[in-house]
Amino acid sequence: MTAPALQTTRRCPYAPPDEHTRIRDSDSGISQVTLPSGQVAWAMGRLEHIRAMLTDPRFSSDRRHPNFPRFTREQPAFDLMRPSLIQLDPPDHGPARKAVVGEFTVRRMAGLRPRIQQIVGEHIDALLAGPRPTDLVQALSLPVPSLVICEQLGVPYGDHEFFQRNSSALLSRTTTPEGRRQAVTNLRDYLRELIAAKTADPADDLLGRQLAQGSDPEDVLSLAFLLLIAGHETTANMISLGVVTLLERPGELAALREDPARTLPAIEELLRVYTIAEFANSRVAIEDVEIGGVTIRAGDPVLALSNAANHDPSAFDEAEEIKLDRGARNHVAFGFGIHQCLGQNLARMELQIVFDTLFRRIPTLRLATPADALPYKNDAFVYGIHELPVTWEDPA
Amino acid sequence: MTEIVADAGRCVGAGQCVLTDPDAFDQSDEDGTVVLLQAVPADDEALKRAQIAVEICPSRALSLTD
Ligand code: HEM
Ligand code: SF4
Repeated sequence: MTAPALQTTRRCPYAPPDEHTRIRDSDSGISQVTLPSGQVAWAMGRLEHIRAMLTDPRFSSDRRHPNFPRFTREQPAFDLMRPSLIQLDPPDHGPARKAVVGEFTVRRMAGLRPRIQQIVGEHIDALLAGPRPTDLVQALSLPVPSLVICEQLGVPYGDHEFFQRNSSALLSRTTTPEGRRQAVTNLRDYLRELIAAKTADPADDLLGRQLAQGSDPEDVLSLAFLLLIAGHETTANMISLGVVTLLERPGELAALREDPARTLPAIEELLRVYTIAEFANSRVAIEDVEIGGVTIRAGDPVLALSNAANHDPSAFDEAEEIKLDRGARNHVAFGFGIHQCLGQNLARMELQIVFDTLFRRIPTLRLATPADALPYKNDAFVYGIHELPVTWEDPA
Repeated sequence: MTEIVADAGRCVGAGQCVLTDPDAFDQSDEDGTVVLLQAVPADDEALKRAQIAVEICPSRALSLTD
């Protein structure tokens, strides 16, 4: 029997595809699916199994392994750089993560707040000065996380435009595989030069500090590239999806505006209900493992259907409801185990600043296209919205 | 008496514990790993927060003694 193709289309933006729910609720909670690459992978849908899998060293993150789950027919451009944090297994992962995690602590992130607030403010100024309706994805969602990570890495302001252009080429659905490879090469070459300059003339920024603590410049390069990619489209998509969700719930949005303490729990709930990066939680088994009564063989590709798991009724009360005050952080939207998102507290803060500032500065903000007619990214590796037309009234 | 045990060797610095209870947990400035500020939960509320931290810690670096 051939395994059915993996479905990625969400019937409703904040619910997993029905097929994933069915796998989760089957006797074993695990089933085989065929990926767009033609690979047959195990797909698991229960939170309990996914947490076990993501904390089990018998599952590898080595994305160059021939059996690592792939979602496209094209081979990713792994030959262009050394493997980065997200591809490393123990014992290499721990030291590599500890070398950088001090840059992302809760306290360090709080220190970035004023500058992020300023970046967000400037983009909202530009939005208000521009035409209506406008696409919020281009005006706010994409540039904010990109500028924030540029500043953190220590990319000079004058080069931000080059950065944004190449990152957008990398992320756009109309870019050809060759175009994507070119964009990766451009960014890599740029970063390599930047790192060489910082080696010669030490700077007090993330890249400079990595070099100062003795990291190999080629490893710093892979890390810089990962940080650039991992936090850009992900955060942008959460900004866009969050704005839609909040605009569709005027009562709850009003409550949020009244009491900013509600924003962080709301972000946690948005992360859970959308689970935009679930395919990042993929692994390849390197030993035989039994989970849920199923034997996964060494070499088998494995997917965590994390969106289904984040709607698992055995883990969340009324899991299918959006409850903005739920505040549960036992979801796996940022992954689980040693690779759990390094930038999660940066992402939380960017989302918090964007939501708080946007709805305060533009209280009449509304969708210019009905929510159910928006172009959702059903075919993409990371879920989101391609375009988000919004408009607003002149201030009275 | 219930006590929180933190294994900084396992910790991956995700900061989930700090978000859960900043009075009990901190992260080292050096390598981001967990630092216990308050190993013995002062009351039932603090104990509940500690239980949540143990559950959501992604690297299973936290535990409670009984
Ligand atoms: C809402 C936004 C974000 C989401 C949903 C998200 C999601 C994820 C997920 C699911 C993983 C786990 C991948 C795995 O297990 O293999 C991950 C890892 C990672 N993320 Fe994020 N991420 C977000 C924002 C960011 C930001 C802003 C940054 C940095 C600036 C970032 C940097 C990273 C890095 C470096 C890793 C790899 C960590 C490791 O392997 O130890 N992410 N992210
Ligand atoms: S939640 Fe766990 S991994 Fe994260 S900082 Fe605390 S102890 Fe470390």
